[in-house]
Amino acid sequence: MTRQAPPRKKKFSWRSQAFRGLVYQILVVTAIGLALWFLAHNTATNMRIRGIQSGFDFLTSAAGFDIGESLYPFDSGEAYWAAFLIGLTNTLRVAVLGIILTTVLGTLIGISHFSRNALVRGICSVYIEVFRNIPILLQLLMWYLLFTELLPPSTEPVLLGPFYLSKGGLNFPIPIWASGHAWAAWGLLAGLVLAGWQRQRAIRAFERTARPTSMFWKPLAIVVVAGVVGWWLGGAPAGFDSPKQGEFAVENGGALTPEFLSMLLGLTVYTAAFVAEVVRAGIQSVPRGQAEAAGALGLSPLQEMRLVMLPQALRVIIPPMTNQYLNLTKNSSLAVAIGYPDVVSIANTAINQTGRAVECIAVIMLVYLTTSLATSLLMNWYNARSAIKER
Amino acid sequence: MSAPSFQPIPARPAPVNTDGLLPWIRSNLFGNWQTTLGTLLVGGLLLWMLPHVLGWTLFRAVWEANADACRVDGVGACWGVITEKYRLILFGRYPFEEHWRPLVATLLMVALLVASCARAFWKPWLAILWIAVLVAFFTIMLGGVLGLSRVETDRWGGLPLTILLASLSMSMAFPIALVVALGRRSNLPAIRSVCTIYVELIRGVPLISVLFMASFMFPLFMPQGFTIDVLIRVVVGITLFAAAYMAEVIRGGLQAIPKGQVEAAATLGLSYWQTQRKIVLPQALSMVVPGIVNNFISTFKDTSLVTIVSLYELTGAMGLALNSDADWRPFMIEGYLFIASIYFIFCFSMSRYSRWVETQVNKSKLR
Amino acid sequence: MKLNTVKTVAALVASLGMVWVAPAHAGKTLDGIKARGQVICGVHTGLAGFSAADSNGKWNGLDSDICRAIAAAVLGDGDKVKYVPLPAQARFTALQSGEIDVLSRNTTFTLTRDASLGLSQTAVTYYDGQGFMVPVKSKIKSPKQLKGQTVCVQSGTTTEKNLTDFSKTNSLNIKPVVFEKLEAVEGAYFSGRCIAYTTDASGLAAVRNKSAKNPADHLILPEIISKEPLGPLVRRGDDEWFAIVKWVIYGLIEAEEYGVTQANVDAMKTSPDPVVGRILGTTEDTGKLLGLDKEWLARAIKTTGNYGEIFERNVGPKSALQLPRGLNNLWNKGGLMYAYPVR
Repeated sequence: MTRQAPPRKKKFSWRSQAFRGLVYQILVVTAIGLALWFLAHNTATNMRIRGIQSGFDFLTSAAGFDIGESLYPFDSGEAYWAAFLIGLTNTLRVAVLGIILTTVLGTLIGISHFSRNALVRGICSVYIEVFRNIPILLQLLMWYLLFTELLPPSTEPVLLGPFYLSKGGLNFPIPIWASGHAWAAWGLLAGLVLAGWQRQRAIRAFERTARPTSMFWKPLAIVVVAGVVGWWLGGAPAGFDSPKQGEFAVENGGALTPEFLSMLLGLTVYTAAFVAEVVRAGIQSVPRGQAEAAGALGLSPLQEMRLVMLPQALRVIIPPMTNQYLNLTKNSSLAVAIGYPDVVSIANTAINQTGRAVECIAVIMLVYLTTSLATSLLMNWYNARSAIKER
Repeated sequence: MSAPSFQPIPARPAPVNTDGLLPWIRSNLFGNWQTTLGTLLVGGLLLWMLPHVLGWTLFRAVWEANADACRVDGVGACWGVITEKYRLILFGRYPFEEHWRPLVATLLMVALLVASCARAFWKPWLAILWIAVLVAFFTIMLGGVLGLSRVETDRWGGLPLTILLASLSMSMAFPIALVVALGRRSNLPAIRSVCTIYVELIRGVPLISVLFMASFMFPLFMPQGFTIDVLIRVVVGITLFAAAYMAEVIRGGLQAIPKGQVEAAATLGLSYWQTQRKIVLPQALSMVVPGIVNNFISTFKDTSLVTIVSLYELTGAMGLALNSDADWRPFMIEGYLFIASIYFIFCFSMSRYSRWVETQVNKSKLR
Repeated sequence: MKLNTVKTVAALVASLGMVWVAPAHAGKTLDGIKARGQVICGVHTGLAGFSAADSNGKWNGLDSDICRAIAAAVLGDGDKVKYVPLPAQARFTALQSGEIDVLSRNTTFTLTRDASLGLSQTAVTYYDGQGFMVPVKSKIKSPKQLKGQTVCVQSGTTTEKNLTDFSKTNSLNIKPVVFEKLEAVEGAYFSGRCIAYTTDASGLAAVRNKSAKNPADHLILPEIISKEPLGPLVRRGDDEWFAIVKWVIYGLIEAEEYGVTQANVDAMKTSPDPVVGRILGTTEDTGKLLGLDKEWLARAIKTTGNYGEIFERNVGPKSALQLPRGLNNLWNKGGLMYAYPVR
């Protein structure tokens, strides 16, 4: 029986899946390219016809406006990019603190869901349901209203020890910066290194001899002692800039403004509800047998949670937790509604003063994209590190 | 030989009743000493707070719309602010005499949402029903035909605007999200990268920057003389934003379909689109309904952000109603609680529904 | 398969077709208005005395009345106006994009706005200045006492820059608290978060009379820290429309100077005064030069009254704002309103 040769496959025939795929891709890319070109061309033409100036050169010209609160002093004569940098530090300030607080609060509430006390379980459920179902903007506005209405007036603040609480915020004494503080910082750094080394030694000794030694309190003590030693070596500066009652408001000292406090508390409380759900789902994903085995080994409920359940639950918790961290960072952009000068608020001012809407919004998007990317990368690294190394 | 007498062993104590209220209280509130301590502390705190809260909210509250009565010392919440301003809060700046129109439109929309939840309505003609109701909504609100006076979109506000933004954006985002999710799982690298870039770009920026871009820069993107209504711009912004998140949810569902399904379809000779339409999507979509409902809840809450681009939906309408009225401004907290409870009712019902759907869908997996 | 080819080719052609929707040449605003039958006017979302909608949706205020006068001059009817309320950030892009024909939104004339936004500043309708409002019980008498204090300000305006300049010149180190929305600023000031509120003096009067529980509890400090000449803006490149808007405003001021009011417009048509004759179009047709008919200014005056009447009705001593004429009086009565001659 003679065998017939298979039909020759034509390279560019419509029958070939690879060719069809190529054609579709070319079409999609062309269509999107044309759409983008259309938008860009219109924008450029419109701006040219109307004589609107464009370009990022405005970033080097003087800002001309003051910023209400910042980590370091800002003068209105500095450039726009310096103002944006202050906005970025303000955003990061509230985002980083918010992430830490929300993790702590959310984990506590998530774990409390498994408590044996029905009242505690009920309160957790109520908390989660209430704070998840109300929009974040509304919560921020309510917190801000609470702070501005209920805090005592600036002329009659409430004294809590060295702290002054008034409508101007929480004023606290901050140390006046001297070279001794740099010594203290170096001391803390050295203490961290020493403490890490000591902790590793203690862990290895425990694994070898099964005799536990302090793995948390001793390193912590080392860090504190090293910091104090550094401070003392630097001349023991003890000058404090204490707040005092001025004519119209509390002056001097460091201040946590009501804007910052309401942002922090609003974001923390809102995101903690979501984090609690994530933690709960993570712990529920660990097979019940693990908890029972831990009980059989004689571990207390606290030890069982800390040593058995949470480490295994981390696998399931980390991706959605990353999502929540990113959400918190993005929600901090709502600061513009309550007067906290974050990067969106400052970009808003810049748009109004220079008219460069396209450029400023591009800057905002760039800032948030970079922050999101950085957070995702960090969490992915942590995820890979805490992954259970299976055989 | 006499048989040994039967010596019964002593009776064991009767089993403790574990059903019923009292045993439940005993085990859940007073199980061991830590639980007891917790119950005493928390219970004590609640018992101390409850009379204060109830007194302020209900018993000492003022219900009539009298600003002076609210300022009397010792009164509780001033719900009179709601009695006085509820129409402004719920309907925004819509003309006062025509308030029946947004009311009818809102009820229609809510009825549609509730109907879409019922299993009986999960048929292909649901899409046509959605389009019909949306068209009816626009007709009633905009007017100009059928003897209704014309009301421009910048006067729409309050609850109807919130529901419109959420529903319209979600219904328009769904096809986009479907296409993007399929594209992200495609074998063609160009399409895959385009879809990935879109999703990652939108998910990395806050909604407020998307809204700023949509409302301020849209006119610059369009050719001359081509003006777009502010409402449409905002809807486009929210749609693009919601589509990115929904695409991820749908992609999760697509990933859960075993590869064998697609391979079996290929052996049967189905084309790509036939496979998706007949095999993959029906399974995937029924799995991700809870995720889509969660998306709807988020979009519903996110509509409160359009306040910042000067569309007065529920949150903005409340600010408008109370901020410029010096008599009622001290009672803003009651206003906030009022709209918070509206949002809560909507979102909580939807999340309960999503949990119900989850159990329904997973019924097939229970053995 | 053939059908697929046809579909894809059709898609390609359609996408190419999009390219050729090229933007047209800069349209003539006046032609557009006449075709539409309506002047689209960008106004404030709600500022008492300048542009605020009442509960029937009717817009009242100085800026709204200017729009009405323009519509009366161009289209013959002061009601043929569509008011578009705009927040501060959107106002310039709305005008640049062609969404509105004229921006009448108490906007300050500055170099930046004239030179870099593609817009033109027509004529000043209100000479204002930035001031401060403080609670009476704070006993502050001058803004120079605000050393290191918090001041509430709304974003999106020249206010922030002026505040910074003032703070720097006098070494006051003022801390601004910047809000997006006017309602939020008012809420923060009246709850006591800031010790002072700063905006244009006319805005201060509007806020005090409308939003303060007891207006007498708040003091508007007499010191003015900046010049704020307010007036309408139009797009650059359309000189014809620019001239029309500018001369409607000058015409209204000139009408007050020569005693033509809303009530006596018809009676004044028989006046022997040649200037009045030019204003009302009885002796000379100035409208033809602008592209309008000869009754353009007469109609505008009849619809809104002359400048003085507009002022009295919206912001004057008998209105809710109770502002004195001050700098906004006629040049021969001690103010700065100096209309170019309508001839």
